[in-house]
Amino acid sequence: MTELALQHYLGVGAILFVIGLIGFMTRRNLIVMFLCTELMFQGVAINLIAFGRYHQNLAGQAFTVFVLVIAAAEASLALGLVVLLFRQKNTLDADAWRELRG
Amino acid sequence: MEDDAMMIFPLAQTIAQPPDAAASTGLFYLFAILAGASALGVVLSRNIVRTAVFLLFTLAGVAGLYFLLDAEFLAAVQLVVYAGGTLVLIIFGVMLTSKSPGIRYEPKIVEVAVAIGVSVVVAAALVMAIVRQFPAEPASIERHPTIAELGQVLLGDYLIPFELISVLLLVVMIGAAYLAKARRRGGK
Repeated sequence: MTELALQHYLGVGAILFVIGLIGFMTRRNLIVMFLCTELMFQGVAINLIAFGRYHQNLAGQAFTVFVLVIAAAEASLALGLVVLLFRQKNTLDADAWRELRG
Repeated sequence: MEDDAMMIFPLAQTIAQPPDAAASTGLFYLFAILAGASALGVVLSRNIVRTAVFLLFTLAGVAGLYFLLDAEFLAAVQLVVYAGGTLVLIIFGVMLTSKSPGIRYEPKIVEVAVAIGVSVVVAAALVMAIVRQFPAEPASIERHPTIAELGQVLLGDYLIPFELISVLLLVVMIGAAYLAKARRRGGK
């Protein structure tokens, strides 16, 4: 138990991912839902880097760079959309856009 | 060349030595608990500003784990891009949309039940995948990859995704500018 193994890092990644998943499904505030997707990104990124070190190559770190860029792009667009939606209905409740379900 | 570096930076020798296992284990648990506890705070906190601050602590804890995984460049990028950039963006979003930050949006009981069910299934799948015995990590890591090597990998093996993702960033920038313009048109 004193020696850190791959499983320790995978465990932390899994915990972050599941916490983010629970938050995404139980919270109704659009911004909090968005923050929970960021938590899930973090869980996945830890897994990528841990496996990259386990296999002694840089593929995991390279993919984490891509994940970071995608997350930043997603953040700017998602927050812009959230602010637009808020201007329309004056609420952040995800249920207010129920009609998008079709 | 290494001798030169040694003369210029006499501390390089001691810094380059691998940290002892006990210290890194302690740091691992410190960062892991910081990240996990703040993640719980993100989900459970009812104040949206506090939620954003809890996310900051989670990001810092994860950056610490990156350091322990010998990914210094990503740890620094995590702190600069996420904690510096994205979180500021989030705070702006919070401020633009919060007339009264204390508003609660409560989920229905059915939704909570579905969420717990799905999460238990996903958690069980992840635990089953993790407890499987992996072959032991190669014990002797002679040297960990440098930032220069990461740059060479990004511009070598992953050149096409790297260029594609820069195009994606450009598209997102144009899209965000368009959204801001549409907002101004709609506002007036």
